[in-house]
Amino acid sequence: MSDLLKLSLADVSAKLKAKEVSASELASEAVEACKAAQPSLNAFTAFDEDKTQAMAKAADERLAKGEGGLLEGVPLAIKDLFAVEGVDTSASSNILKGFKPTYESTVTSKLWGEGAVFVAKTSMDEFAMGSSNETANTGPVVNPWKAAGGNESLTPGGSSGGSAAAVAADLCFGATGTDTGGSIRQPAAFTGTVGVKATYGRTSRWGVVAFASSLDHPGPFAKTVKDSAMMLQAMSGHDPKDSTSLPNDVPDFVAACGQSVKGLRIGVPKEYRVDGMPEEIEKAWQQGIDWLKAAGCEIVDISLPHTKYALPAYYIVAPAEASSNLARYDGMRYGNRVDGPDLNGTYENTRGAGFGHEVQRRIMIGTYVLSAGYYDAYYLRAQKVRTRILEDFTRAFDKVDAILTPSAPSAAFALGSKSDDPIAMYLNDVFTVTANLAGVPAMSVPAGLDSTGLPLGLQVITRALDEETMFKVGAALEDSAGFTQKAAKWW
Amino acid sequence: MSVTADDVRRIARLARLAEPEDRVDALVGELNGILDWIEQLNEVDVEGVQAMTTPVAFPLPMREDKVTDGGIRDKVLANAPKSDEGFFVVPKSVE
Repeated sequence: MSDLLKLSLADVSAKLKAKEVSASELASEAVEACKAAQPSLNAFTAFDEDKTQAMAKAADERLAKGEGGLLEGVPLAIKDLFAVEGVDTSASSNILKGFKPTYESTVTSKLWGEGAVFVAKTSMDEFAMGSSNETANTGPVVNPWKAAGGNESLTPGGSSGGSAAAVAADLCFGATGTDTGGSIRQPAAFTGTVGVKATYGRTSRWGVVAFASSLDHPGPFAKTVKDSAMMLQAMSGHDPKDSTSLPNDVPDFVAACGQSVKGLRIGVPKEYRVDGMPEEIEKAWQQGIDWLKAAGCEIVDISLPHTKYALPAYYIVAPAEASSNLARYDGMRYGNRVDGPDLNGTYENTRGAGFGHEVQRRIMIGTYVLSAGYYDAYYLRAQKVRTRILEDFTRAFDKVDAILTPSAPSAAFALGSKSDDPIAMYLNDVFTVTANLAGVPAMSVPAGLDSTGLPLGLQVITRALDEETMFKVGAALEDSAGFTQKAAKWW
Repeated sequence: MSVTADDVRRIARLARLAEPEDRVDALVGELNGILDWIEQLNEVDVEGVQAMTTPVAFPLPMREDKVTDGGIRDKVLANAPKSDEGFFVVPKSVE
């Protein structure tokens, strides 16, 4: 394998445009690297080499004519939640095993429209429900990173674990993810990659397998902040097929990267100092504050008083929406059917056999909180708490332009260490879930390594529709961190 | 509020999930653990607060009321577990 795959998306894109490398050659290398890593990392769920080669060839033809889009010829991996026409799309669930969409998701259409080349589908927690990639029907993805001197297999985070691992291991130049409670930003933090969730509605949900519709945000994983801006640029824009898609113009995200952050007011919320948080997370956060201060930002102490209620509110709203969304898997029109004694028996057997334990648990919680007699006590109250969380952000953004927090309360943990305790697993999303409830943009940027050599991430949150400030601050952090470390190759 | 084994069986039925009897006790524990943890929401003062049903804070356009797709029967049926002569085949539901 050459060193081409180690380049950033922006750099390889320049080489493609300068015809120093062909898209076909690059695509073959990427597929080969993914396949070679698969037995160790288990990050992929499907390949389609004919499709990959056809897309690469078309990109080469456009490049030869001096044409081509923003991502022309760049190989990307796609989370298994996005419908890719003709390629197995199962949301890492047995109930959808073998499902081949006859249509393309809006986000992937837009990426292909800018010339990107499909490489592989990536593994994820089943229906995006999990924070460690351990609920995937094909088994956990393994993080390319290992603690110094250790050989224990670590989680890449979840739910978009396969995409995070693929980008971290230099198997492709970027990948799509979805973030419902932190499923892009937490894995990005665990793998030393950049992960972005834009304003709710900026990227279309059409053709993305639904988990919790009012919280689901498609977004990119990338190696650098600028790369992530290029990908988000291509993925964003109004889609008449998604009724919550924003009609607003998409700003120039790429241009925002590298602009001065001088004079920006950065909020530091005291509620994000949670009990039992490792000292190293605290240190990384302080480091980030110092970097931004040195870059000319004004640091402002702020309060987001309802932060601790975000996760419990989320674990009512998300399962409620999921129980409704996943009602469609009845074994009649698509997916797998398991016959029973009558129609209800067929539904029950199909769903009992097709969904894994975590998905069933969430469907049951959702069904319970929406059921007669409990709706007001649980669901309605959670929606009101959600309003309180949004109000916290609205008040904070009167005083500051961006908020800086850690991305996750720990570095990557060992596979199996939290899988018996749902609540311990849910607490992974304590810093990320607030931005989903409020619908505001947020990204995770690598901040450095902890004392065991594992990556830590910092999160930047901004006002709705102000991704430009998020990218400015993200790029400034990246610049100060100078994070160039890579996982030592063992796969 | 806590759930019993009978509640779990009722919820599973509502959710159309076949839960084997030997999973019921485990589910009682898991669901009660989560519901106990969620109880802390009762500490929040939500008096007079509007319920948030969508995070979209901006006006969304209406689309034109017209058919934009169709004539794709074979595509619609392509992933059906059972189909015949252009129809989905489903279990009998009316005696």
